[in-house]
Amino acid sequence: MTSGLVMERIRHSYGANEVLKDVSIVAEAGKLTCLLGPSGCGKTTLLRLAAGLERVQEGQIHLNAKLVGDGTANLSLPPEKRDIGLMFQDYALFPHLSVFKNIAFGIKNLTTERRQWITEGLERMGLSEHRDSYPHMLSGGQQQRVALLRALAPEPQILLLDEPFSGLDVTRRAQVREDTLNFLKECGVAVLMVTHDPEEAMFMADHIVVMKDGKVVQAGTPVQTYFHPVDAYVAELFGPMNHFQGLVDKGGLMTPFGAFPIPSIPDGRPAKVLVRMEGINVTLGRNTDELPKDCCYALGRIEDAYLLGRSTHLHIRVPEKHEEPDGHKVLLHVRVSGVMKPEPGATVTVWADPKQAFAFAAE
Amino acid sequence: MFFFGQNRMNETVSSTLVDAPHKRFKTPGIDVWAFGTLVVCLGVAMPIVWVLGLAFTPSGDIWQHLVDTVLANLVSTTLLLMVGVGFGTFVIGTGTAWIVTMCRFPGKRIFEWALLIPMAVPAYVIAYVYTDLLEYSGPIQGMIRDMFGFETKRDYYFPEIRSLGGAITMMTLVLYPYVYLLARASFLEQSVCVLEASRTLGKGPWESFLKVALPLARPAIAVGVSLVMMETLNDYGTVDFFAVSTFSKGIYDVWLNMNSPEGAAQLASMLLMFVMVLIGLERYGRRKQKFHNTATQTRALPGFKLSPRLGALAFIACALPVILGFLVPAWVLGGYALDFYQDTLDANYWTTTWNSLMLSSLAAAIAIILGVFLAYSLRLGQSPWIHAMTRFAALGYAVPGAVLAIGLVMYLGWVDNTIDGWARENFGLSTGLIFSGTIIAITFGYVVRFLSLSFGSAEAGLGKITANMDGAARTLGLGPMATLRRVHLPIMRGSIMTAALLVFVDCMKELPMTVMLRPFNFETLATFVHQYASDEMLPEAALAALSIVIAGIIPVILLSLTIAKSRAGHQTLKENTAQ
Repeated sequence: MTSGLVMERIRHSYGANEVLKDVSIVAEAGKLTCLLGPSGCGKTTLLRLAAGLERVQEGQIHLNAKLVGDGTANLSLPPEKRDIGLMFQDYALFPHLSVFKNIAFGIKNLTTERRQWITEGLERMGLSEHRDSYPHMLSGGQQQRVALLRALAPEPQILLLDEPFSGLDVTRRAQVREDTLNFLKECGVAVLMVTHDPEEAMFMADHIVVMKDGKVVQAGTPVQTYFHPVDAYVAELFGPMNHFQGLVDKGGLMTPFGAFPIPSIPDGRPAKVLVRMEGINVTLGRNTDELPKDCCYALGRIEDAYLLGRSTHLHIRVPEKHEEPDGHKVLLHVRVSGVMKPEPGATVTVWADPKQAFAFAAE
Repeated sequence: MFFFGQNRMNETVSSTLVDAPHKRFKTPGIDVWAFGTLVVCLGVAMPIVWVLGLAFTPSGDIWQHLVDTVLANLVSTTLLLMVGVGFGTFVIGTGTAWIVTMCRFPGKRIFEWALLIPMAVPAYVIAYVYTDLLEYSGPIQGMIRDMFGFETKRDYYFPEIRSLGGAITMMTLVLYPYVYLLARASFLEQSVCVLEASRTLGKGPWESFLKVALPLARPAIAVGVSLVMMETLNDYGTVDFFAVSTFSKGIYDVWLNMNSPEGAAQLASMLLMFVMVLIGLERYGRRKQKFHNTATQTRALPGFKLSPRLGALAFIACALPVILGFLVPAWVLGGYALDFYQDTLDANYWTTTWNSLMLSSLAAAIAIILGVFLAYSLRLGQSPWIHAMTRFAALGYAVPGAVLAIGLVMYLGWVDNTIDGWARENFGLSTGLIFSGTIIAITFGYVVRFLSLSFGSAEAGLGKITANMDGAARTLGLGPMATLRRVHLPIMRGSIMTAALLVFVDCMKELPMTVMLRPFNFETLATFVHQYASDEMLPEAALAALSIVIAGIIPVILLSLTIAKSRAGHQTLKENTAQ
């Protein structure tokens, strides 16, 4: 059996409300697995089941090949016997204990070696001065780091993180995220993390499990999730997309950029093509020089341009079908990096990056 | 039962947290928590069960006899007393809360807490004091006779203090702080959002208050008045002294003078119906309160500056309850205590005080342990019917002492007889009475009555600790008991100490059960004062009465500190981090 955390065929309900519908996931040892999905998709419940904070109703949970929860046998090892670490979204630091005592709380035998570990951890996290401070005296970021150290201190077999960065303000989040990731990699512990932020999942995870309405939609590496989404829902997790819908004709679907090949769907069936905002390239004027070979393009008209700082958001009107010069019926949403400030009405040349365009069957 | 309002106010908060669905992590195997909860609840419910059982035991014609003779009088007197005290406390409590919340006048800051002080005086003590002052042989009537040269009682009119009206006045004077406390809290909570909205919509400050704040405070006032009425039903000392035949007095008369426990139990069951109505009223008020509290932040009201004349009126309106409810009794008792302390000391004062302290400490300790146990057990997650049982067991505060007393005496008598019979049969020896008429019995009574207080405090204290604290401790390797010891108890130490103190003080003041359940020749301060006052020897017991009042001031001080803290926008460490 795989080492790490294995959850098989988990079902869970609160009253009549079924929040997990036959979910199976694996969080391999030494890797960081991310549960990604919107709030209410059941990901936090899954985490609580893994921790033993909820009793298993149906399904099995193995931790390093040891059965810790089984719905049929009504077995649910209490959390204190599971050897897991859990970091809560609100950190749940004990208000009556100092930073050091918080971190040492779960250590059964506080040896010199473990003390040394805490001291080094505090130093590493820039918390040395706060060793004897109380949680309410710390900033949010400092509390987050104390919570992380506390969860790791008893050397758990797996670390569970529940939205670990959601309590931090945006300006600090990126830095804390990177520090945390580096620290976790050094510790080499298996991590299962819950988040609703796709960028966070992409940055942190070795393995992403996308969830929706209590089911697993897709599980794979960040690259697979981003470049090979199994459906429109997964594709759109990473931001709004341009939709083109129609019937498949001659093995492809007609878009403003020309026909997009869809070999998997038979002719005459409805399908849709989704193109990421950043998957559309734009050059000013009628300019076909930069185009890749054999690439279809369209001529569009700038409607609006919004400067967002690191990127620019463009609204571009293009003809509905390729090479239908005066239609300009379709509105494209495009994100280009850097500053680009064309006048409204200016003519641009647009083409799509096929790696950022995905075709799915439509209902 | 003193600060019940306070503690139960937090209950809404706690129960919403506790009911959250994600908190079931019991250890498998035999569940000591569920089992223990069951045992405690059954034990606590026993006296009431016994009263009800006894009431339905066929007992000849006693009930018919009661119906023919005393029942109508008991019902009407009790109702009149409840309505009178309810109305009186409503007017004084809401009125003074209204003045100190809305107006600015000299002394406002002092009255904010001083209006609570009369709570420290038990109703029976104030009754003894005013009887001493106002009866025919008392100083007031003596002065009137001297001034106008009256010879006998028939020469002038003076209201009789030993009457229903007198009882209503006495209880109103010491019970209005319940209403004051809750009404004021409610006014303060609404202040920012609704009152300012009303002002921007063109209403003046007074109109806003009358049309918005007062109706919004109605649930809180209903809770306050229902608590007051529960206290009224519980009272024995005052009505016994004034010979006002309410249910509490009737139960004792039928039980002891007519020698009919069954009849007394039937009266007690009827009294329980009154109690049910009051519990309903209280629950209704609390439920409404949840919806009525819309403000998430509170800020001090702007305050309506009063003209000197109105300010003087406001001052008098606030000063009168404090003077009559506290200063006069304290002054009179203080004076007597100075003159007659030697008599009190000679009459076993130290033994009596020791008895009171010992009993109250014992009961407080047990009540706290059981209260924390029950509250934590519910937090761990128990089946709905254990939940319901615990709620039922925690109703003790509403059950009048007289009812609990008869239930306990009968129940313990049965237990003693059963053990005795069993011992005779098996060993041929008689064990006699093991529990009846012992300190165990009286402690049992206190715990049953005040368990709700400690349970409520523990539940409120636990409610402020987020469920994730439990989760954190458990995932860090602690079992439920270790989690309680290392996380919850240290965090709620403050509120537990407060609750223990409240139970302690309530036990010090308790009279109706103590009178009945105490061992032979065993006096507490309360029974000592009651005994002496009944024998028209108040001066000789003044030191003891003053001791009770001084003990009663402790929770008032605690409460005032809480009020002062909440006013400064002070946030405790615990609330900061637990968010």
